[in-house]
Amino acid sequence: MTSVLLGEGTQGSAEPVESVAAFDSAIAADERIEPRDWMPDDYRRTLVRQMAQHAHSEIIGMQPEANWITRAPSLRRKAILMAKVQDEAGHGLYLYSAAETLGTSREELLDKLHSGRQKYSSIFNYPTLTWADVGAIGWLVDGAAITNQVPLCRCSYGPYARAMIRICKEESFHQRQGFELLLALSRGTEAQHAMAQDSVDRWWWPSLMMFGPPDDESSHSARSMEWKIKRHSNDELRQRFVDICVPQAEALGLTLPDPGLRWNESRGHWDFGPIDWEEFKQVLQGNGPCNEERITRRRQAHEDGAWVRDAAAAYAAKHAARGRGKVQERTETAVDTAVSA
Amino acid sequence: MLPLADDSLVLSHRLGEWAGHAPVLEEELALANIALDLLGQARALYAELGEEDELAFLREERAFRNCQLAEQPGGDFAHTMVRQLYFSAWQELLYAQLAELGQPLAAKAVKESEYHRDHAEHWTLRLGDGTEESHARAQRAADSLWRFTGELFEPIAGPGPVGEVDWDALRTGWTERITRTFERATLTVPESPQEGAWKAGAGRQGIHTEPFGRMLAEMQHLHRSHPGASW
Repeated sequence: MTSVLLGEGTQGSAEPVESVAAFDSAIAADERIEPRDWMPDDYRRTLVRQMAQHAHSEIIGMQPEANWITRAPSLRRKAILMAKVQDEAGHGLYLYSAAETLGTSREELLDKLHSGRQKYSSIFNYPTLTWADVGAIGWLVDGAAITNQVPLCRCSYGPYARAMIRICKEESFHQRQGFELLLALSRGTEAQHAMAQDSVDRWWWPSLMMFGPPDDESSHSARSMEWKIKRHSNDELRQRFVDICVPQAEALGLTLPDPGLRWNESRGHWDFGPIDWEEFKQVLQGNGPCNEERITRRRQAHEDGAWVRDAAAAYAAKHAARGRGKVQERTETAVDTAVSA
Repeated sequence: MLPLADDSLVLSHRLGEWAGHAPVLEEELALANIALDLLGQARALYAELGEEDELAFLREERAFRNCQLAEQPGGDFAHTMVRQLYFSAWQELLYAQLAELGQPLAAKAVKESEYHRDHAEHWTLRLGDGTEESHARAQRAADSLWRFTGELFEPIAGPGPVGEVDWDALRTGWTERITRTFERATLTVPESPQEGAWKAGAGRQGIHTEPFGRMLAEMQHLHRSHPGASW
């Protein structure tokens, strides 16, 4: 921790030359940066921002799905959904822990989330209006997340990379479950098929927006790529995702809501229509369909839970005091015994 | 075994309502974890009785046999934890007996309910012996849920091991456990009657409390809207 704290205060000017050289050569050699290693302040800040945003997304992302836990249409689906929401809370915990290795704390990060100073993924500001949305989130949203996150398993910061390895395994499982849910609907009754199609129609474009702004407008991209936090550009990953989804949609018997979608022989990729970046901007600025509701709910859970956390802290403190009392008692007894002997 | 399956299903559903509302992230995990265990128990028991989704989604309120304790709304975190303590301490002792009597599904459930009881017990200690506010809330929860605990010891008729359960021993063991926990938690064991106004009927006879109908309406709505569909 000492080196982390030292790193925090140096603000660029007092960077020790050997440390900079060691950092640069580690990045060049594809080695991992670990918590005790020296790192540039901006590298640290970028990582904290990205990991916190990632953790927040897991936590806020529980809400649109939890919305359907009590209404899941079969016990098997209910169990799968509960397990998934539980996994998400777990991912949030890994990521907060990983962020803490950079000298911040979970409390501080949650505070920033609650006060709107840190963001979460724009996708979770869309509502889950039907059961099929649970499937679309699994297939498209988790699918996009995996496409984004698999390269992070090779991210230059060790704790983040290791968290992503675990998270990606579970995410791919969720993604397959989402696909399978939609497949069951698509092959079910007419009403179920229509429900699945409507849901894909609503989630397709927001999922493409998950990769962030186009490359020429992405402010953090270039440096993140230099630092090997990021391995591919937003547009590259978005293209990869579209290429994966088109045949999957076909296998599902569902269509994607884009008349501009066609195979481009010369590029070897699917061309797709323009994204509504104005909508993206609005959602990011807090004007999406559920922004207000999501953050209010999160704050509410935190505020409602304050007395529980206080109780746990008070109990722990009393208990620790009693524990110390006992140790002292035992010591005194031992001393007494020794003296009287 | 239908009453026991219904207990697990209904309590699992109530715990599922906490998703996204828990006081700390660790409890999001714990509550979902317990809910999943209970749902697993319900499904295993239903499998012995018929088709699980038919049993869960197509019976009406009067056909459910769960105890009223399981269907009580979560209330604040203290209510949820005390409800869990009352239930899990009972379930652990009951399933231990059932396991000894040769009920094959009980052995796994004993391990799970032991973990659930342990979790609820620790929270009862923290809340009871935490702050003044948490103590008051825990005591209020203990008092208000107490009248639903008598039903837990009404013998459940039935073929097989459940017909051979020693309900008096169960009550004694449960009372000891709760008394000991409450003592350590600086809580008072309620003196009010353990039987509510519904002693004659109660959940085991399909007589439920008012919130239960709304719970079922939410739980069953989608399934019932698409008759015969598979999911």
